[in-house]
This record gives sequence, structure tokens and C-alpha cells, in this order.
Amino acid sequence: MSLSSRQVINAALLVFLAALPFLTDWVGDSFYTGLVARILILAIAALSLNLLIGYGGMVSFGHAAYIGIGAYVVGIGAFHAFEDGIDWMLNGYVQLVAAILGSAVIALIIGAISLRTRGVYFIMITMAFSQMLYFTAVGVETYGADDGLSIYSRSDMLGLIDLNEEKSLYYLIYVSLLIVLYLMHRLVGSAFGNVIRGSKSNEARMRAIGFSPYKYRLTAFVIAGAIAGYAGFLMANLNDFVSPDVMHWTRSGDLIIMILLGGMASLFGPLYGALAFLMLEELLSSIPLTVGGLRVGEYWQLLFGPLLILVVLYARNGVDSFLPGARKGS
Amino acid sequence: MTTPDLLIVENLVKRYDGLLATDDLSLTVRQGELHAIIGPNGAGKTTLIKQLTGEIRSDAGRVIFAGQNLKRVSEPGRSHIGLARSFQITSLFQNFTVLENVCLAVQAHSGHSFRFWKKINNDTNLTEPALTILQHMGLEQRAHTVTSSLSHGEQRQLEIAVALATKPKLLLLDEPMAGMSKEDSETLIEHLLELKNRYTILLIEHDMDAVFSLADRISVLVYGRAIATGTPDEIRNNEDVRQAYLGEEA
Repeated sequence: MSLSSRQVINAALLVFLAALPFLTDWVGDSFYTGLVARILILAIAALSLNLLIGYGGMVSFGHAAYIGIGAYVVGIGAFHAFEDGIDWMLNGYVQLVAAILGSAVIALIIGAISLRTRGVYFIMITMAFSQMLYFTAVGVETYGADDGLSIYSRSDMLGLIDLNEEKSLYYLIYVSLLIVLYLMHRLVGSAFGNVIRGSKSNEARMRAIGFSPYKYRLTAFVIAGAIAGYAGFLMANLNDFVSPDVMHWTRSGDLIIMILLGGMASLFGPLYGALAFLMLEELLSSIPLTVGGLRVGEYWQLLFGPLLILVVLYARNGVDSFLPGARKGS
Repeated sequence: MTTPDLLIVENLVKRYDGLLATDDLSLTVRQGELHAIIGPNGAGKTTLIKQLTGEIRSDAGRVIFAGQNLKRVSEPGRSHIGLARSFQITSLFQNFTVLENVCLAVQAHSGHSFRFWKKINNDTNLTEPALTILQHMGLEQRAHTVTSSLSHGEQRQLEIAVALATKPKLLLLDEPMAGMSKEDSETLIEHLLELKNRYTILLIEHDMDAVFSLADRISVLVYGRAIATGTPDEIRNNEDVRQAYLGEEA
């Protein structure tokens, strides 16, 4: 088996990410490990969303909601362990199962209703559901309402891995990314993935040859929600904090932008997109230039917007279209 | 001796905002025959196909297929009991290869697709029957070509290949020669002559040469009604048909 140059680039990126904590040790600045850990978590969420958008043509505009559910599971668990001494709620495995199951069940409910609509209606209804969850979190005083919830102790993995150790947490996130990448690779190439891609390509024909796309789409919706919930579990542990803000519709928009930036319907696209998105945010917001008393960096989105338009107009597959062996068209 | 009716359409009605697209239409398709439907533009031919496949609901009347009333059978469900259609306006998976298009149709009829792990391409359970069909339709050379880069004629052939992959009892062909060049049409007629021996076919077609050389029976549809049904000779000599339809050309 020989590797294409694209596969070499992908592999090089993964090797670089694996070595990163040691590189930053060497440089003596661990800030970047935290930043990249955040990028990888968002990449996991973007990968799951890409199953819906890139492969399935389902533009869900509420995907951050599932990250929020996963993150709140950790936050609420830590809260009750801390306040009420309920130790089992700090158990990482209990939290993990609750985060994944919780987001899967919510995705099942939201998907079952939303997937009866198409196009703009689907976008709006998924966004509306996620905003409902956002406002629910804003409303619950016990868990900090819109101030959010500080997490005083990270998920207790019972000695298997210590999440307080920054490197351990980083490698948990890194290995999770590898697993999700492989999972997506298998899923997209399977009989199930074939139906998901076919339903995006031509739904009328799918029905005519005997498929009912709805139940397959709903399954994809639940899988994507569950993975995003897992990303939320990681996110809460990394940030030691959760607030309704993680579920805000603009966060869902960020995930879509990552997919656009990275390239739809390519396996690694969302990873490149998440990297590009957060690197650009970091880069643009640190521009030292001052115009008329205003620091340009504070208005980084003003620069980011036009850039995104250029990508959509001239590089339909985002970063993916610059890598060797890019497919033409969609 | 009469052959049994595979498809019975009884008093079918479809109304669009007061317009009767299908007006109390009745017809039968016998087991093994090629039954053609002709009629001027707007006669309701494609509407009839959509009613038969379940893409749109009928307002009244019933459709009996292989002895089963189709009233409560969904569009995908009808595919599974042996109804297959080709589309008047090419409707394929444009970003899939030719082989993948046919494989997906084979997959639809190979049990459920809640299989998440095993690789699907190169699965010989799908590719073998798919390649056989492509051979029949003369597309085996193009198996690994992306559909969007096929010629129009080839896409029309693939339309039929995808329908065949669902192992149909009845093929509904909606203007298979639409937009085809003379040579391409002739090739397709050859293919249809061959398919005719193996399948029961309901053919909608504008190309009169094709219809009269292929059909065992012809129904003439005008304003959603079948004004005549008979052998090609009977239709050619039918006074009503001449006036309503062929009159323009004769």
C-alpha cells in the first residue's frame, strides 16, 4: 500500500499534534497546549457535524447544544459532588455515559421533529431547539444561570487517567480525535454511510429505489449528537467551567464555519477547519495595529468575515482544496 | 386465452386546483406485455406515473399491483414489491460513479442498511449483480466513471440500469428517450427490445417510431383520460385517436 501525498500531509499533522505537548515544554510556553486542546475538542464536534452537513446535506444549526449537554453533565456532577457530597456524581465514567446518552436522547427528540422539514426550515428549527436549551440553562439559577458554573474538580477517572494532569488530558483529547476520525472513516464507507450520502445526492431517487431516508438520517443525527456530547464532556474538563454560552447559536455557527473553512465531505476537513478557525481568531485578534484610537485586533471578526466570503467564493472546499489530490466540485 | 393483469388501474383521479390531471382513468397492464402510453403534452402521463409509484397521492380510484391494493403502500414500499421507475428528467446520483449508482439500488433490496462498519464498495454481493446489469445496458466500460461526466445518452441508459437493479416485476419508463439523438434512441430501442422479453413494461414515450415498433398494446391519453387502448394497428386506425392526437401529424 502506498500513501498519497495528501495522506502524508494528514499523517504529518497527526504526528505533530501528538508531539505538541513536548514541543511546548521545550519552548517553555504551555499556553499553546491548552489552545490546541481546545481546537481538537472543537474538531471532534465539527467532525460529528460534518457527518450531517458534508455527507448528509443536513445543515443542523444547533449542534453546539449537544456540546452544552455534555459539558453541563460534568458541571452539574461536580457541583453536587462539591455542594452535597454526592461522590458518585464525580465519577468520570458515570459522567461520560450520562453525557453521551443525554445528548443522544436530546438529539433523538430534536432530530425526530426537525428531520420532517427541509432546507431553510430545517436550519431554523434546529437553531430554535438549541436556543431553547440555551435559555433553559440561562434560567436555571441553581447551576449559575448565565454566569455559568465553575467546576472545582474534574471528572474522576478512578486512577486510570488523571485529568488534572494537563498532558494526560491533552492525550485523552488527542486519542479521542483519532478514534472519532477512524469512526467517521468507517461510517462514511459503510452501507449506512452510502445511504446518508445518497440521500444528500438525490432523495427522490432514493425513495424510488426503495429507501426511506428518514430513519437513516435520524440515526446519523443521533450519532452526531452523541459525539458532540462527548466533546462537551472533554470541553468542561479542559475549561473547568461551563456556561450557557457554549450552547449559544453563534457557537453552532462557528462549527459550521469550521466545516466550510476545512472543506465539506472530506474526512480531515473539519480538523483543518477547526485549526484554521482558531488560529485565525488568535492571529487576527492579536494584530497590534491601532486605527483612530481603536485596536484592530478587537474587531478581528471584521477581517474574518471577508476572508470567509473569499473562501466560499473561490475555494469551495476550503483548506481541502489546497491539499494535493483535491477533488474538483463537491 | 388471456394473460393475467399485473397492474390494474381503476377510475384513478388526480386534481390540481380544479385542473383534472387524471380524470377517471382506467387501464390494465398484462403480465409480460409492453404497454405504451402516448398522448399530447399535458395529457397527464407523468402524473399517472407518479400516482403509480406513490410519489403523489391519488384523489380517488385505486391501483392493484400483483393482486395487492397499493393505497397504503409508501413509495419505497412499492419499490420493494416490484414497481420500478425511470425518470423523465434524469435523476441520478450525479457525484457517484456509474457502478455506485447501480450498487445503491441493489443495496436497497439487500436487507436493511443499518450496517455501520463493513466497507461497502467492492462488496461483491452488490457489485456482481450491478456489473451484470451494466453489461446488459452496454455501460460496463463506464462503470468507474463519475455519473456527471457521462453523455446525455449514457445517463438515460443508466436511468434504466438503476431501475433494473431493484429487480422489478413492472418497469415504468417515463420518456426514456427524452432529449436523445437519433443514434442514441436507436441504441436504446435495441436495449428495450431485449428487455421486453424479460420484463413487463409500461412505457411513456413521445417517439412514435419507438412506440409503434416496441409496444404490444397502446393506450392513448388525452386530458387525463384513456380514449383508446389497443394493438398498434388498432390505434393507428382508430378514428378518435386520429382526431385527438395523430391528426396533427397525419
